[in-house]
Amino acid sequence: MPFRKQLLRLLPQAVLLLAVLALLLWFGHNVLENLRGRGIRAGFDFLSDPAGFEIGESLFAYDSGQPLWRAFLTGTANTLRVALPAIVLSTILGSLIGLGRLASHAVPRAVCTTLVETLRNIPLLLQLLMCYFALTSLLPEASAAISPMPGTLLTKGGLFLPGWGCEEGACGWSFPEAEGFGVSGGWSLSPEFLAVLIALTFYSAVFIAEIVRGGIQSVSRGQIDAARAIGLRPFQVLRHVVAPLALRAIVPPLGNQYLNLIKNSSLAVAVGYPELVSVANTSLNQTGRAFECIVIVMAVYLALSLLTALLVNLYNRLVALRGTA
Amino acid sequence: MKIPTFRHLLPLGALLAAAFCPPAQAGKTLDAIKQRGNIQCGVSTGVAGFSLPDSQGKWSGFDVDLCRAIAAAVLGDANKVSFVPLNSQQRFSAIQAGEVDILARNTTWTLNRDASLGLSFTGVTYYDGQGFLVPKKLKLTSAKQLKNAEICVQSGTTNEKNLADYFRSVGVKVKPVVFEGFEASFKAFFSGRCQAYTTDISGLAGVRNKEAKNPDDYMILPEVISKEPLGPAVRRGDDEWFAIVRWVGFALIEAEEQGITQANVDGIRAESKDPAIGRLLGTTEDTGKLLGLDREWAYRSIKAVGNYGEVFARNVGPDSVLKLPRGLNNLWNKGGILFAPPVR
Repeated sequence: MPFRKQLLRLLPQAVLLLAVLALLLWFGHNVLENLRGRGIRAGFDFLSDPAGFEIGESLFAYDSGQPLWRAFLTGTANTLRVALPAIVLSTILGSLIGLGRLASHAVPRAVCTTLVETLRNIPLLLQLLMCYFALTSLLPEASAAISPMPGTLLTKGGLFLPGWGCEEGACGWSFPEAEGFGVSGGWSLSPEFLAVLIALTFYSAVFIAEIVRGGIQSVSRGQIDAARAIGLRPFQVLRHVVAPLALRAIVPPLGNQYLNLIKNSSLAVAVGYPELVSVANTSLNQTGRAFECIVIVMAVYLALSLLTALLVNLYNRLVALRGTA
Repeated sequence: MKIPTFRHLLPLGALLAAAFCPPAQAGKTLDAIKQRGNIQCGVSTGVAGFSLPDSQGKWSGFDVDLCRAIAAAVLGDANKVSFVPLNSQQRFSAIQAGEVDILARNTTWTLNRDASLGLSFTGVTYYDGQGFLVPKKLKLTSAKQLKNAEICVQSGTTNEKNLADYFRSVGVKVKPVVFEGFEASFKAFFSGRCQAYTTDISGLAGVRNKEAKNPDDYMILPEVISKEPLGPAVRRGDDEWFAIVRWVGFALIEAEEQGITQANVDGIRAESKDPAIGRLLGTTEDTGKLLGLDREWAYRSIKAVGNYGEVFARNVGPDSVLKLPRGLNNLWNKGGILFAPPVR
């Protein structure tokens, strides 16, 4: 009987599923029992308690009197604040380096090859620390600020740009000015932020460069010859033949690189940039809720990664469909 | 450069352990230590005066001596200690998970930590307070002048919260720059990234005298913005072990009060007719059996590290680079607040 056959086929799977569920329940029960047995408080109720600590920089208003979940939100926003620009910049830079490695001229080829081989073989953490200590040691104090462009200031305290802002109802442009210990007015980018952005961008860019180079080289010689044979110009060959074919090979590994970049941003904690892991570390210690804080960090990274993967997959489908017979 | 270790995964490991092990009673720490033949002592990754390894990997410091004293009392040998360096985030998970028997890691005793982390503080071994280190060239005289300043601080400490509380209460806005590592935090300060550096005053003295290129370029501001009672902690639920750690601490204080030192302890033990000394050193009454130890427990501790005053002088006082005054950490009859209950 087909029904019986189907049942027989599904039965082992159902049993396995139940066993896994039972195991998970047993684990959960044990965790709670053990925590209680050891006198450790557990649960996520602490998220509504006042945080009690300040966060150095944030995209939106935050102070120590606000609940802990706001602190986590601020940390997550700081992670995105550095990861998203790094994704955009590393894609542009990576594509240029990748093209440079295929250049017919020897000089750009040598420069790009050196860049790739150096940067991808040094651990990101070291690059990050080097970048940070270079910024904080070499830049001048606020009193001797350098002005790379009119209206901007560069000091140990970071890069200050003219910014549009509102204060006490009055809106307008404000320009950075050296004042007291630091610089007031305008928009500021802290040296921690700059170090993380620069290190992440360069580190990811050289991997992206290799992906771009590989993608372009995967286009078979015959296709290019054929395109030339029908009279297309070199740019047209790139635009209409090489790019669509190369993108198919480039997009999936590029997505992986974006995922890596987002997760690598957690190294920012080493140079004091207040991203998610840094905020979670502080919260963990103020509240003692180690498991909960780590679970939150894992959940946020998982969500960000899944979202990125989803977007890349959607784009990949768009690219892959075209040209498929 | 800190070497990454898997200890970052401790909380996760503890969770896995908790998931796999069926609920059980707290183990007998003392039995486990005797069987193992050494004490696992959780210390800092390197704080001058409290716990710091030298170039040969030999640990020294206030917290280190406390662990040695306990090892001498329990195992009869002050060297039977393994020091487990823990950063601020790892420390509580390490004691909860049972990786260390005692957490002697300049840790501040607070209600939250005492009541909700599954551990118990055995007492205060060092009364500290949080302060600020600033370059002299800024010509500051008070922490209240730090308006809009950037302040370097290490994450995972009570210092972060005190910093926010203090400047909120005096209505001054400052910007914290928070580092995960102790080293990274003071290095950034010395590079000029921050106008001030904050931690416990004992820590400030260590950083200033040991890490600054020229210590005289820096000064500690007069404000002490918090109470930081530092002390060892043990896992909750093992009262026997708790009592041993607590009383070894008291014995060292009692020894100072009785004038017993590392050098004269043998002579005093042989000659003294004082009943209080007889009880402490085990020549008359056996106080050790009440703790699950033998009668010479306190004698061995004192013989191993000296009395409280000697431990203080050697690690953080006049004989060390920190040169900290005794201040609150003096005996109750000498202007401090150290007061050991009677050993009887």
